[in-house]
Amino acid sequence: MIENPYIPDLATINEIIVETPTIKTFRVTLNDPSRMEAFRFEPGQVGQLSVFGVGEATFVINSPPTRRDFLQFSVMKAGEVTTAIHELAVGDQLGVRAPLGNYFPYESMKGKKIVFIGGGIGLAPLRTLILFMLDNRADYGPITIIYGARTHNDYCYKEELKEWGERKDVELILTVDAGSPGAPIREGFVPTVLNEVAPKPEETIAITCGPPIMIKFVLQNLVKLGFGEKEIITTLEARMKCGIGLCGRCNIGSHFICKDGPVFSLAQLNSWNYEI
Amino acid sequence: MKREAGFIPKDGWNAFLASLAKRFNLYVPCREGETILFQPYHAESVICLDRPAASAPKGVIFPQSETLFSFELKKKAEDPRKVDVELKSEGAPQDTAIVALRPCDARGFSILDPVYMDVDPYYRSRREKTTIITLACPNPYPGCFCTSVESSPADKSGSDVLVTELDNGYFLEAVTEKGRTILDDNAIQDGAGYKEEAEGRQKAAHDRVKKAFSGGKKVKISQERLLSDEFWEETTAKCLSCGACTYLCPTCYCFNITDEQTVNRGERIRSWDSCMFPHFTLETSGHNPRTKKAQRFKQRVGHKFVYYPEQYGDLGCSGCGRCIRFCPISMEISKVVAKLSEEGEGSTKDAAEGARS
Repeated sequence: MIENPYIPDLATINEIIVETPTIKTFRVTLNDPSRMEAFRFEPGQVGQLSVFGVGEATFVINSPPTRRDFLQFSVMKAGEVTTAIHELAVGDQLGVRAPLGNYFPYESMKGKKIVFIGGGIGLAPLRTLILFMLDNRADYGPITIIYGARTHNDYCYKEELKEWGERKDVELILTVDAGSPGAPIREGFVPTVLNEVAPKPEETIAITCGPPIMIKFVLQNLVKLGFGEKEIITTLEARMKCGIGLCGRCNIGSHFICKDGPVFSLAQLNSWNYEI
Repeated sequence: MKREAGFIPKDGWNAFLASLAKRFNLYVPCREGETILFQPYHAESVICLDRPAASAPKGVIFPQSETLFSFELKKKAEDPRKVDVELKSEGAPQDTAIVALRPCDARGFSILDPVYMDVDPYYRSRREKTTIITLACPNPYPGCFCTSVESSPADKSGSDVLVTELDNGYFLEAVTEKGRTILDDNAIQDGAGYKEEAEGRQKAAHDRVKKAFSGGKKVKISQERLLSDEFWEETTAKCLSCGACTYLCPTCYCFNITDEQTVNRGERIRSWDSCMFPHFTLETSGHNPRTKKAQRFKQRVGHKFVYYPEQYGDLGCSGCGRCIRFCPISMEISKVVAKLSEEGEGSTKDAAEGARS
């Protein structure tokens, strides 16, 4: 018998954090304590959350594997499933199919300087890796985080942003698209701010996630800044149903974002002629 | 020792089907008006063997719609605002047999196998419980191109038994252990003496299939043409994105998953879906990586002739020709592939115009 990959674990919501007017973070535990205890994953892997009767959608596991009291998912209210998840309360049941996909190649990042470039809810997968690196701080060099949101109200993880801003071993650069900058927050789109900050490519890995249009220009600008295409890492999204490389939606040629990704290097994307 | 070859005289065929129906949920090609479709067998079934069925019997093993599991929502006694969820799995499938499918349809299962067998318990359990008794194709039908995709009218891949129709009866050849079990039946005569006649029939049928491209070796797709937006835009100018090609195909396997619910119970359902539909890849944000029909058709052809072979080795098409016969704008995938192949002549632009005409 093979394990049935379509049947979710049942999980209970223990805590809900309202991040922004459209984003909530859910902390859940699997109902079966032995399954929760045995649950293993890597930073960057994703899961499918179910609301029974509505359906499933894919979200990154937003808590790092170094903190295993709960599994965290940040959900932006956008479609049917995300709206249904937003209507749930503490104590309500969810289905969880996880972990799915690959993960950030954190072993090969050891000893390197790290630049994170995130936009909006795109900070969610980066946060997993940031916390993982901070929990293994000695393994990594200086960390720079460039994070943009539309407005002040659209920042996720405000508590952590405050904490990262105060740390000496993290450089945090915040920006808003337009309208309401205020010290120490800049004004400008993320790719532009990336150019202004102009991180040095030597011994550095750049990791980016955000809306497709932001990723597109961030990748271009990183190349212009001299980053090698193997040192540029992104994590992609697509419409997914199965999460195991079968349903046919998320492929880039013979590669599947759900199964072979969601984490890819620019070198991989270029070799597959993939344009964001 | 179990028998490798059997023979059933013409007047014994119906009794053979009736005896199979006692052991299996039996599916046979039946005439429904002018259309041939695979249907559950019953004594009055109007079985039609003289032309291929309109749609592949893929659904016997990979149903057009199936329940993955059901769920029940129960109010908690201690807090009626909260519900417990209970999940229930589906029961095991019954012994099933498909009779008189063509080798292209049986090969369809052998193309689905490496994708599904090791990861999908629904496909796997039905596949293991199903016996495939294939009828060697006596005559090619318009649009058929099996010999261009490394198959043939007597291809055994995917089959448990290969049946060849002869003047006086049917020659049965066991392909697998399951097939030998079928031949282990007192009503089936020893068929060793009919082998030569059957092979003659098979070879004659093979020679009648029109070659669409490549001289028998695996078709090589030109990377330049595959990546040419112009090629795909020209090729698909008339495509209606109706999806008929994908629903009739023995090797298409994209699906959707949806929930259906009444008050306190429901089911999670898997249904066939089509990469030809614009909303197939539409994301909640509005972003859609395949908005154009050119991108979608490239995905369909690319999947069968480039991406699937990269993953599993073989081509992902069995050459049944249904997508050609039933296309409302007469798109011919065999012509498109011929133009895409490295052996295709002329410029990419010429190739696109050739594929459309």
